Amino acid sequence: MFKLKCDDFLIYDEATGTYSMSAEQQVRDQTERNRWKTTGLTILKDWRLYLMLVPMMLVYLLWKYMPMYELIAVFKDTSGTGDVLDKAWTGLTNFRTIISGPEAPTFWKAFRNTFALSFYNLLFGFPMPIILALFFNEVRSNILRSVLQVCVYLPKFMSTVVITTLTLALFRAQPIGSGNPGIVSRFLLLLAGNNTEFKDAIANGLLFSPRYFRTLYVVTELWEHAGYDSIVFFAAVIAVSPTSYEAAQIDGAGKMAQMRYVVLPGILSTVVIMLIMKIGGLLSVGYEKVYLLLYESNTISNYEVADIVATYANAKGDAIGMAAEMMNNLMGMVLVLGANAVARKASDVSLY
Amino acid sequence: MKRKMEVSELIFKIIAYVLLIVFAVMCVYPFFYAIGSAFSSNEAVLQGKVILWPMGVQGEAFKYAFNRNMFWVNYANTLFLAFVGTIWCLIYSILGAYALSKKRLLGRHGFNFFLVFTMWFAAGIVPQYLNYQATGNIMASIAGKSNWQQIDLKWLVVLAMGMNATNIILLRNSFEGVPSEIEEAARIDGATEMQILTKVYIPMSKATIATVALFFGISRWNGYFWAMRVMPERNYSWPVQVYIRDFIDKNTGLIHPLDTSESGWRNPFSGESVVYSMVILAIIPILVIYPFIQKYFAKGVNMGGVKE
Repeated sequence: MFKLKCDDFLIYDEATGTYSMSAEQQVRDQTERNRWKTTGLTILKDWRLYLMLVPMMLVYLLWKYMPMYELIAVFKDTSGTGDVLDKAWTGLTNFRTIISGPEAPTFWKAFRNTFALSFYNLLFGFPMPIILALFFNEVRSNILRSVLQVCVYLPKFMSTVVITTLTLALFRAQPIGSGNPGIVSRFLLLLAGNNTEFKDAIANGLLFSPRYFRTLYVVTELWEHAGYDSIVFFAAVIAVSPTSYEAAQIDGAGKMAQMRYVVLPGILSTVVIMLIMKIGGLLSVGYEKVYLLLYESNTISNYEVADIVATYANAKGDAIGMAAEMMNNLMGMVLVLGANAVARKASDVSLY
Repeated sequence: MKRKMEVSELIFKIIAYVLLIVFAVMCVYPFFYAIGSAFSSNEAVLQGKVILWPMGVQGEAFKYAFNRNMFWVNYANTLFLAFVGTIWCLIYSILGAYALSKKRLLGRHGFNFFLVFTMWFAAGIVPQYLNYQATGNIMASIAGKSNWQQIDLKWLVVLAMGMNATNIILLRNSFEGVPSEIEEAARIDGATEMQILTKVYIPMSKATIATVALFFGISRWNGYFWAMRVMPERNYSWPVQVYIRDFIDKNTGLIHPLDTSESGWRNPFSGESVVYSMVILAIIPILVIYPFIQKYFAKGVNMGGVKE
């Protein structure tokens, strides 16, 4: 007679020719049932803990996840009025419009601008905090160092409106009639020499010159963030053990050699992690600042270089704009996750 | 024993001091420039005579800014948003972070992912706007009004904005650092979940909570874009940042070059001086709490691992 090969959970009784459940399986079933029972009981017993999660979950669902649900409109025909859900599906038409259709030139320009602004920002903005941290390490007087740190952290805590107001003021255009450009512009005028093109740009307001907008943007970003960003590197620098310095000194290492063989290896892991993370954030430009500097989008002369994907989407305000920003943000997410994976490989630290 | 300083070390030190001082001065200079310009005459400001000290001193601009009723209405709005908004964000963040910090919470990884995902992907400006519109309309219908532009959108700003997953994770990490023995001891003494949170966890994470509160508060105080976006026309509900920007657009030559050929220097003070006065008034609260943040915020940056 054919006998099932299932000894582990069934027992074949020769006499009656029936199967019965093995003792192990009965125990296993019981534990399985118990597991669900205990799970249910833990949740019930800890209901207060779950209740505590509710407000946060609700806020995030309502105002972070519901907007993602609104993205359905990207795949629908949104012409006319009425509920988006009732509209016909159009698939990837909106994406085709921005990638290769009539909106392509504007979209790709905005995308290039987004990338360029953050790339230059990374290129110049990344080394600066490290240099500041190394410099802070040289300041032996605690009081002087604290004073300097208070000064360089300050811009980080100012609102974008205040920052852009001051930027606009320092680089103000020359008033029509009489008057002078902003104070920093005047200083730059001294350096301009015979460069008439630069002089004209200064007179018309440097921020509104397509040629100098990116430079100025990067400078203001540096001004705003470099000091505050140096905190993490400074922490890494002072974490380098004093005995390493002493050992290097005994070996006859000069200042530069100590820098090269003691400090830099000591902070290397922090530098690598921060760099990877910054690369992950390449497509997320702070749009509030660009919006405030760009002002009324296409009427202003820096529009060509200052229009980023977020401001483009904001100005469009329709499904095309949604598609543009969705694409940008999806690519941004891929960058963040990729960067995080690399960071995890490169060291034990990972941000998420 | 004092070591003899090498030439290379000396040079490096000098460069470090000089550049640090130059950069520090650059960081604070614009604020001093704003103060100097706020109290300078129209002509001095537009001719660019002000470098640091007020030229052709006048106090009219400051008085003018001080007497704008709408400025103070908006200032009060910002105070309200910063205060109530921070408290609201803190309440749900602390409760949520406490629950997330517990290993016994089932589906903890799922909840964490739910939170962290918002740091990776955002829907974007347009869907966010539609979402505020929709939730605003719901709030309006609760209040018995027909659409969201008829209610006081301050409450929408308080409830819906200023979210920050990083802050919640910061709190969660801090709660995780509290030894579980203390919690067990409290539980044996008959403390409820809420009592454990308020009597044990919150006092033991004071520093982190202070940091997070200040981060929330500052972002509330500085918030501009969405407040402007959801209520572009209703100036009595604006936060002060929107008011200042609006004033700049309408009354100064900072964005569109000013035409001085006709008006000349007849005005005793320039619109810019008024703006600087407003900027000074608007950053005072930040400067007041700045020394306190100073103590804590290195922590905020060094949070490092947002480990799962």
